[in-house]
Amino acid sequence: MDPIKLLESTLSLAPFEYLREVWVAAGMNPALAKVITDVIGVVILASFCLLIVLFLIWLERKVLARMQDRIGPNRVGGKFGLLQTLADALKLVSKEAITPAGADKIAFNLAPILMVMTALLMWAVIPFAPGVIGSDLNIGLFYILAVSSASVVCLLLAGWGSNNKYALLGAFRAVAQMVSYEVPMVLSLLVPLILARSMQMGEIIAAQTIPFLILAPISALIFFISALAETGRTPFDLLEAESEIIAGFHIEYGGMKWSMFMLAEFVGTLFMSALFTTVYLGGWRFFGVENVVLGNIQIGNLLAMLVFFLKTFAVFMVFIWIRGTLPRVRIDQLLDFNWKFLVPLTIVLTMMVVILDKVLELNGIAGWNRAIVHLISNVVLAFITLELLRRRGRQIREEMEGSRQAGPDDHHDADGHGHEADHGHGHELAHAAGD
Amino acid sequence: MTAQQIIFIVISAATIVSALIVVTNRNLFHAALALMASFLGVAGLYVLLDAGFFAAAQLLIYIGAISILVIFAIMLTRRLMSASEPSFNSQWVMGLVASVLVFGLFLYVIIQAWGGAVAQTFPVLQAPMEAPGIADSIRALGAALVDPNGYVLPFEVASVLLLGALIGAIVVAQPEKKS
Amino acid sequence: MSGIPLTWYLIVAAALFAIGLYGVLARRNAVAILMAVELMLNAVNINLIAFWRYLTPDRPIGLAWALFVFTVAAAEAAVGLALVISIYRQRDSVIAEEMDILKY
Repeated sequence: MDPIKLLESTLSLAPFEYLREVWVAAGMNPALAKVITDVIGVVILASFCLLIVLFLIWLERKVLARMQDRIGPNRVGGKFGLLQTLADALKLVSKEAITPAGADKIAFNLAPILMVMTALLMWAVIPFAPGVIGSDLNIGLFYILAVSSASVVCLLLAGWGSNNKYALLGAFRAVAQMVSYEVPMVLSLLVPLILARSMQMGEIIAAQTIPFLILAPISALIFFISALAETGRTPFDLLEAESEIIAGFHIEYGGMKWSMFMLAEFVGTLFMSALFTTVYLGGWRFFGVENVVLGNIQIGNLLAMLVFFLKTFAVFMVFIWIRGTLPRVRIDQLLDFNWKFLVPLTIVLTMMVVILDKVLELNGIAGWNRAIVHLISNVVLAFITLELLRRRGRQIREEMEGSRQAGPDDHHDADGHGHEADHGHGHELAHAAGD
Repeated sequence: MTAQQIIFIVISAATIVSALIVVTNRNLFHAALALMASFLGVAGLYVLLDAGFFAAAQLLIYIGAISILVIFAIMLTRRLMSASEPSFNSQWVMGLVASVLVFGLFLYVIIQAWGGAVAQTFPVLQAPMEAPGIADSIRALGAALVDPNGYVLPFEVASVLLLGALIGAIVVAQPEKKS
Repeated sequence: MSGIPLTWYLIVAAALFAIGLYGVLARRNAVAILMAVELMLNAVNINLIAFWRYLTPDRPIGLAWALFVFTVAAAEAAVGLALVISIYRQRDSVIAEEMDILKY
């Protein structure tokens, strides 16, 4: 084996192909060589996903602290507190692993493991750079949806297995939320899928000479909102809602088992950022950066990977930004918003894109013209939606104001005298008087 | 024995063992967990059959939706299933005999129709052949579902069935109004 | 040849079907019976997809019917469990033998 060649192939992000070549030349069974390199690849990808969480948690705490005018972690690991998460992790690992008495042992201990497993499994189809992908399945996007829907089961296992009513309530909430928001998520992902004519991640990226964010901004927005809800982050963090149900489904967990839930949450959030990057922002594409060649090293692959991570972390920063900005919604608002707004809108959107794209294809319109037509149709749909919402809002306000004007009069008739304080409650009072 | 055969045996053994747990375990929640394991094993069999789409659909529909419904139903009705009650009815011996007989009948038919001499004459039964249609089978399926000469009628009927089931489930499970 | 013979899949599916049948016949709890029915539907699906792969890999006949079985299974689970919950509300029981008011 030639170390320089190995280094060169590593810089072109194709060391496994080189290793296989060398091993097969040395007389190894090609199938065995493939299995060995695949196992190494899986180990590298999984360890990367788990270790990056140390950095993500630090990043989130630091950025949130800055947004709230605090300093954030600054003691462990130098001025910026870089090793804070590592210290936290060591503390968590050293804690005792407890299974509460009365808990369902199998479910209780299986839940965190399955949770991390599903969070890691989804990374298998994310393309980091040209050719750097766990497995470019022809059903890539569908695979992601399938695995992420299986993670709902883990919440139920944790909630039931803990034998604690707060845990069970939290699990019920979580399942209601995640199952509901899966609908707009699936429907909004249909749009890029139709635009790319494929579920395969490689082909979705290949189709994005113009990023799908320009062709389908509404779909991207809806996907982002449902990704927030799916990962259970603010403003949809009802699953843990510390102030309402203490910590939700993982209330009984401690130490390493608890940190596995946290791990899965952060891996899941980063995954959603990576998926958003892949599906809407063109993945590793950036003005043909992947074609850069330096000597006989395909350095472009490395640059493409860098581009991918820059985009992914930019999306992740938006997640943190939203967490620092928005308050938590109520459970009824959450479900109303999903079923009465997001789902109808995504159905209309999907139908519009299907018809429009077919018409454009039949007329031979492609490239930027197609993108502009799609963009305009999206803007029109957004405008109509906003106008409808505004009209509905005005209607509600007029009803309120109308009843407020009528309210005190009815009140006078009813019991002869009105209070100044009643004006704010005119609406309810009018109903009460009417009854 | 090849690696593929070993994988098949492991997966199907896991599937059948968890299916046995589903029908014999007294704790219904554990039975539901075993049901999920069994569904997962079936998904593995689909992967071995080059039907990756169906493996993912199995994960999405059976594990992500049906199992969760089952667990919800168990949680909502658990109060009465205490451990002291028998979980099998009085005819379980007859049921056992009947299912063993059915299995024996199936085995006989399978060996007669597809195994032994028949399998020797048709190599296609020994191992799946390479077919160009496999890689594109999902595209072909999608086209067949909306093809007037294909399955457009069953497809429409299935969507009406789903709509009916949706409305029916809401109506049936709705708590009765107090007023 | 060293692949997996078709008969192996058929036998696994038959075993799964028989186990499901036993569950349907012997269980008392209605939810458990529904679970056993799901097992039987899965057994059918294994057969459909195995026959597609071995006999007609170029035409999606088996796949289409497997898809319809999925649909029916989903509908059956939704309606069946809704019925169970509704009966539980009315009769305070999920035991299949006690659901006998139609007799009178």
